[in-house]
Amino acid sequence: MFYRLSGVHHASYMSDSRLYKIPADRNLALFFLALGLAAPFLFGSLYLNSYVLPWLVWTAAALGLNMVTGWAGQLHLGYAAVMAVGAYSAVHAAKFGVPWEFALLIGGISASVIGSLFAFAALRVKGLYLALTTLAMQFVMDWVLTHSPTISGGSHASLQAPTFALLGQKITSDTGLYYVAFGWCLLVTIFMLNLRRTGLGRALVAVREKDYAAAVLGVNSFYYKFVAFATSSFIGGVSGAILVATFFFLAAPEQFSVAVSIQALAMIIVGGLGSIIGTYFGVALILLMPSIVNGIVAGGASTLGLKLNVESLAHIPNAVYGALIIIILMIEPLGLGKLYGNIRDYLILWPFDQLKK
Amino acid sequence: MELAFLAELTANGALTGLLYSLFAIGLVLIYKASSVPNLAQGALTMVGAYLVLALARDAGLPLWAAIPLAAVAMFGLGMGIERVALRRLAGRPIVMILMMTLGIDIFLRGTTLAIWGGTSRSFDLGVSSDPLFLGDILISRINLVGAAAAVLLFVVFVMFFRTRLGTRLRAIADDYMASWSVGISVERGVGLSWGLASIVAVAAGIIWGEIQGVDQSLSLLLLKGLTVAVLGGLDSIFGAMLAGLILGIVENVGSTYLDPLVGGGSRDLIVAAVLILTVMVRPHGLFGRHDIERV
Repeated sequence: MFYRLSGVHHASYMSDSRLYKIPADRNLALFFLALGLAAPFLFGSLYLNSYVLPWLVWTAAALGLNMVTGWAGQLHLGYAAVMAVGAYSAVHAAKFGVPWEFALLIGGISASVIGSLFAFAALRVKGLYLALTTLAMQFVMDWVLTHSPTISGGSHASLQAPTFALLGQKITSDTGLYYVAFGWCLLVTIFMLNLRRTGLGRALVAVREKDYAAAVLGVNSFYYKFVAFATSSFIGGVSGAILVATFFFLAAPEQFSVAVSIQALAMIIVGGLGSIIGTYFGVALILLMPSIVNGIVAGGASTLGLKLNVESLAHIPNAVYGALIIIILMIEPLGLGKLYGNIRDYLILWPFDQLKK
Repeated sequence: MELAFLAELTANGALTGLLYSLFAIGLVLIYKASSVPNLAQGALTMVGAYLVLALARDAGLPLWAAIPLAAVAMFGLGMGIERVALRRLAGRPIVMILMMTLGIDIFLRGTTLAIWGGTSRSFDLGVSSDPLFLGDILISRINLVGAAAAVLLFVVFVMFFRTRLGTRLRAIADDYMASWSVGISVERGVGLSWGLASIVAVAAGIIWGEIQGVDQSLSLLLLKGLTVAVLGGLDSIFGAMLAGLILGIVENVGSTYLDPLVGGGSRDLIVAAVLILTVMVRPHGLFGRHDIERV
């Protein structure tokens, strides 16, 4: 009905390798692109900068993590550490007087270098042991951040980011900062959308499905694991830098702690491994859920006349966050992206669904 | 550095290490039966400690009644978690299982703190906090009690694995397909191992709660417990005991010498380094089974 076709039938290889195989998908993407461009005029600046902007930056970061975990199948529990490397090196570079364009690049490249260290762990082990190693590396990175005053300015200090500027223009307005985040998220999304159409993307999927089998087929599995870690770390590093430059305005070790790593992993698992639209959903759910739950609990308590103490109010969003992960894994282990895909597959054939299969 | 000081560091490190083993036994029990790395063990430990505290303090029960009651309740909770959350994920990729245990961890921590609050509270087990002198060596009494509990649990589990039920669990750990085909209920066995691990969590929660107070920091034992379990080989209880001793000694001696050099706080660094080194050098640990992967 919405898609105005019954099934996808390719008549040529060209049509099979198109980015959008269904016109409705393309139209939907164009609609959201227009919505994103028009967002500053549609939403108030409070919503824009406290919800939409972090959502977009986190989506870019989560897409990077999804590349290494969802596409290449390498568990990564130290993604926040990589983002921290990018954020801190970019801020330091910008403080040193490097223009922000290059500071972001420096952040991305240094994150990529440190992130590649994780790939050496992936050379030796995989699965659970890789997860534990990356987790340990995250702890090491936390420790380095809090214990080296030259990087973070001390254990409880935070590092002020210089005013963000591109092409010599200082960007301070809410709208400007939003467009920076939007532009970066758009870039990463386009990269990820096209990834599955390239040889690199297919090689990553082969490594994910079974790395030995991929090696037998002539795919150098270590090389592709390495590329996956380096690229995703670059994306993570730049995202971390942009997050600090446009949202936090200062860098502190707590912003990149182990809990944040787990949160990033939760985003892509709730969203769906290897699903781009799912990553958008997952980030929205995990990132925006605490404030929504806070509102509901506070509102519910006041209407019911219950008196909850401050501590309970502070911890209920956490409990709900955990419950959300559990429930989504129980209902659909492949995440929100898969749920969306199911609905879409149903609607593509909808009036004629007795014809399918 | 004189020898007596080193001996004291070693002795106290070994005792603390056995306390890590006490925690790690829970991880090993679950991994052995179902190959699930239970990242919620830290939260289970915390829930166990809070539960004992709630029964003893708020409900006014004596400790000797509160502890078994809490153990029974936790046994049920562990079985319930396995039944509701983990069983339907069997056979799924490890990343989903890991995320599920992380979700349970976050949920349990949030719920516990929402109910009982986050301020640190303490037990009163009646163990004197005066140090014990063995020759020149100072030893903390509660650590000694905890280490004794760890060894006792180890002995109990060694004996348990020789019973009929324990043999079944060993069969499941060995090859669950084969166990299935000879009529062993694998699901029930895995559920039982979750229940037992939750009881271990109560024991670890009581001892660690007495040492450092009952609060959120109990769940931070997870990294140390994981390190011990991996070093010992994830599916070996004896390995966990030995690895606990090793990690405790290395951590205590190492941090004493390293702290002045790096400005404090090197304990976590040493633990993380041990974990990374173990996985890099010998992923299956000291006594773990080395599986061969087939394409």
